[in-house]
Amino acid sequence: MLAYIVRRLFNAIITLLVVTAVTFAIFFAIPKATGSDPALLYIGKQSDPAAIEGIRTKMGFNDPIIVQYGKFLKGIVAGRDYANGPDVTHCPAPCLGYSFSTDQEVTPLLMEDLPVTLSLALGAAVLWLIIGISFGVISALRRGTFIDRAAMTTALAGVSLPVYFTGLLASAIFIYWLEWLPQGQYVPFTENPAEWFTGLLLPWITLAFLFAATYARLTRANMLETLGEDYVRTARAKGLTERVVIGKHALRSGLTPIVTIFGLDLGALLGGAVLTETVFNLRGLGYQALTAIRQNDLPIILGVTLIAAFFIVFANLIVDLVYGWIDPRVRLA
Amino acid sequence: MSENLLEVSGLQKHFPITKGLFKRQVGAVRAVDGIDLEVRAGETLGLVGESGCGKSTAGRLFTRILEPTGGKVVFEGNDISHKNVNQLRPLRRDVQMIFQDPYSSLNPRHTVGAIISAPLQIQDIPTPQGLKKAVQELLELVGLNPEHYNRYPHEFSGGQRQRIGIARALALRPKLIVADEPVSALDVSIQAQVVNLLDDLQREFDLTYVFIAHDLSVVRHISDRVAVMYLGKVVEIAERDDLYKNPRHPYTVALMSAVPVPDPARRDRAQRDRVLLTGDVPSPINPPSGCRFRTRCWKAQDICATEEPPLTVRLEDPQSHLTACHFPVVDDETVAGRRPAATPA
Amino acid sequence: MSTPIARPYLEVKDLNVRFETDDGIVQAVTDSSFSVERGKTLGIVGESGSGKSVTSLAVLGLHRTRSNAKVSGEIWLDDQELVTATDEQVRKLRGGKMAMIFQDPLSAMHPYFTVGSQIVEAYRVHHPETNKKVAREKAIDMLARVGIPQPERRFNDYAHQFSGGMRQRAMIAMALVNDPSLLIADEPTTALDVTVQAQILDLIRDLQDEFGSAVIMITHDLGVVAELADDVLVMYGGKVIEKGPAIDTFQNPQHPYTWGLLGSMPRLDREVRDRLNPVKGTPPSLINLPDGCAFHPRCPYAGRNGNRSFTEVPMLRGDVHKVACHLPPDDRTTIFQQEVLPNL
Repeated sequence: MLAYIVRRLFNAIITLLVVTAVTFAIFFAIPKATGSDPALLYIGKQSDPAAIEGIRTKMGFNDPIIVQYGKFLKGIVAGRDYANGPDVTHCPAPCLGYSFSTDQEVTPLLMEDLPVTLSLALGAAVLWLIIGISFGVISALRRGTFIDRAAMTTALAGVSLPVYFTGLLASAIFIYWLEWLPQGQYVPFTENPAEWFTGLLLPWITLAFLFAATYARLTRANMLETLGEDYVRTARAKGLTERVVIGKHALRSGLTPIVTIFGLDLGALLGGAVLTETVFNLRGLGYQALTAIRQNDLPIILGVTLIAAFFIVFANLIVDLVYGWIDPRVRLA
Repeated sequence: MSENLLEVSGLQKHFPITKGLFKRQVGAVRAVDGIDLEVRAGETLGLVGESGCGKSTAGRLFTRILEPTGGKVVFEGNDISHKNVNQLRPLRRDVQMIFQDPYSSLNPRHTVGAIISAPLQIQDIPTPQGLKKAVQELLELVGLNPEHYNRYPHEFSGGQRQRIGIARALALRPKLIVADEPVSALDVSIQAQVVNLLDDLQREFDLTYVFIAHDLSVVRHISDRVAVMYLGKVVEIAERDDLYKNPRHPYTVALMSAVPVPDPARRDRAQRDRVLLTGDVPSPINPPSGCRFRTRCWKAQDICATEEPPLTVRLEDPQSHLTACHFPVVDDETVAGRRPAATPA
Repeated sequence: MSTPIARPYLEVKDLNVRFETDDGIVQAVTDSSFSVERGKTLGIVGESGSGKSVTSLAVLGLHRTRSNAKVSGEIWLDDQELVTATDEQVRKLRGGKMAMIFQDPLSAMHPYFTVGSQIVEAYRVHHPETNKKVAREKAIDMLARVGIPQPERRFNDYAHQFSGGMRQRAMIAMALVNDPSLLIADEPTTALDVTVQAQILDLIRDLQDEFGSAVIMITHDLGVVAELADDVLVMYGGKVIEKGPAIDTFQNPQHPYTWGLLGSMPRLDREVRDRLNPVKGTPPSLINLPDGCAFHPRCPYAGRNGNRSFTEVPMLRGDVHKVACHLPPDDRTTIFQQEVLPNL
């Protein structure tokens, strides 16, 4: 098991290194190749050449790419100093550089947005897991009945309708028409948990609807397959109650594939749920990324990409470990 | 003495086992570990043994679906051990294979016509009366309705699917067919039909068979000579009747005595005469030293652990044939004492 | 009135099992009747689709969870009727009084739970009052009794870490942990090598002697039946077509299908035949069974005695050795002696 963990960890680190290298190359090397000057993006076009050269030296744009990449990596791990002679700016770890448009450090900017995305993604995940899995299991157990058909039709709708449609529709109904919920504003959990909850409720439901639909269909398919397995028949032959047969023997293997997909989905969402954040005006990572793209703010885009990549790789690592824990055939292979 | 169609010597196939980050090779599954035998033109050579003995791997080496790790495969005088795909193409006309599972060895998206005609097209065989006619003749030959040319494999039963597999193998009029457990997935009555079909086809087309199976009764019925394998080695090989009437290797004796006989009146005698082997077949990754069967053999002595017995004939024994054993079983050897004490409790 | 005649330990009367599918109604078992006493072994022989496995699953009530399955008839186990019993009543018997072992022990054991914990679970569901430690000891004891070396260590292993033979032993340990008085073995050795098969058959025989259970051995292999069975039931197309004491049935088989089965098998105890004599054709579809005798399209003797084979379902007739065939007994004896036996 230890060798398995070490191997997975090693793979995760390698993947992250590759991701940083590729994104770094794309976001910094390409402007260089196309002749657009990143220094100009910091300071504006009208500045005098000496100031531009100063920025270049300070930000290290004159170094070879590989050196710039090395310094960038060091910045993430240990922090770095941007220096132009006596003019030294310290950027503490994990340093992701400075925004082109506001000259602020990227890391604190993103850290401010992270709780919003985290709240949104985790809350929605809890919802869609509960709803998706329970409907999937019920559908599988009542295959062909009215409940099954209704659940699967709803699920099909959930898969097909885009978030901006369901989100706007939900807002229209619950906020503006029924006035059950306040007009959305993100309130940090630490400030007021109740308002945090009501503010996020609709985004959660909207996002969860989409995912719950996929999960219900997947759970149903997996459960149907598992219920036909020989070991489920054995469990019944032993005289176990139907509750144990389904809840322990069938569910345990029926849900294993869900773990994989859940890890990936959650990992991807933690990098920003662009559409949902935009629809509900939540200032999360996705929203930040969208703004940065509009303003061509490469350091922020790079920062969000890296955070997203980190979450996906991390989620994948967790999935692998959980898998090893669930399935002894993986662990003991 | 008929000439040899296929000769193998020192044949080995080791599948590497890798471990760790850098896929270091830490060992090998020695699936086939040095076998010598020949297949004579026109005969059926049976290859029996239990799961993991390497018989299927051996069959795949004979047809060069696998490349041997060591040793030689010689077909009609040509060394084909390490020929590449292009060099092997002419061989594919002469050597064909039939597989165990008639469900997974036929492409479900192709019609039977397409499946059977594929070898003809790949090899550019001229079909004077047209491809369709050629396929229909093959279908008829294996006892299927030629009208079913356009059907898909799932529309056929297991036995019929196996017939399709046979028709495909026959399409190129091969000299040698290696059949790997061709009837073991089939029901008893269907199994017999397919065995009879293979018999008829052999007579009609002068085919040579290597018949790989775990069922000793079927192998006895169809084979002229039989080789018994254990852990990657041939332990005994002889004319069919010699082998079944006078088995010499203790493993062969144990194997034969384990086959249940459909006669309840003989039940008690069968049970009394049965050699019950204990334990499991050792791992082919780390086979026992010397004789590989020694760990389960009731006749094993010290020499068995140190010296590997060669596959030879014992001159002092008139009924002897090629056997790899230091202490071969003799006729009328008492079976008492072979049965181990009651299962450990 | 006189004292009631004691009922056999397991008695199945006119069992019918049908499944409603999209393609039509599958008549898996039709009017099948048989019984087994404790300490005796009944062998049920048939090819795929003969209804032999469906019959055993029906005895255990394992079709109850399938909403498209219809089971009718009577199944008496130790004077309790099971077809009309409640789900809960049958569940309590399952794994307790009646247990089952399956063909492929790798897929029949849960891959995520240790073998030991699965045996413990089987024990505790019928002994809810016992604590884990006692159940664990019971499981280890069972593993030892079925001949698994180092049972304490193997207790914590998973099914995939066992060899095929050891896995089947573990499966048997799980089935026997509650001392069932009826054990149903569905092709228990089909996935195993012959030498391992011999060990497992030996084990089943020994354990039967020890526990005195009634055993139903379901198999396609006449050799396995001959090894173990006291009585034999031959099934074809969902019906019992021949049944009787094993020795009688093997030495003097009465049904042309049984002849066909015997003729299909190459046998090590006979001289090599030039050709096998298989039954021609393929087994019937259970959705669309032939009229009359289900075997008539494949029977070389159908029509020898008028057209009844084609229109009328033959009844299972006879004293101890029964057969469902329209041919008169004398004709069958003649055919068997003159046409069949010389080719076996």
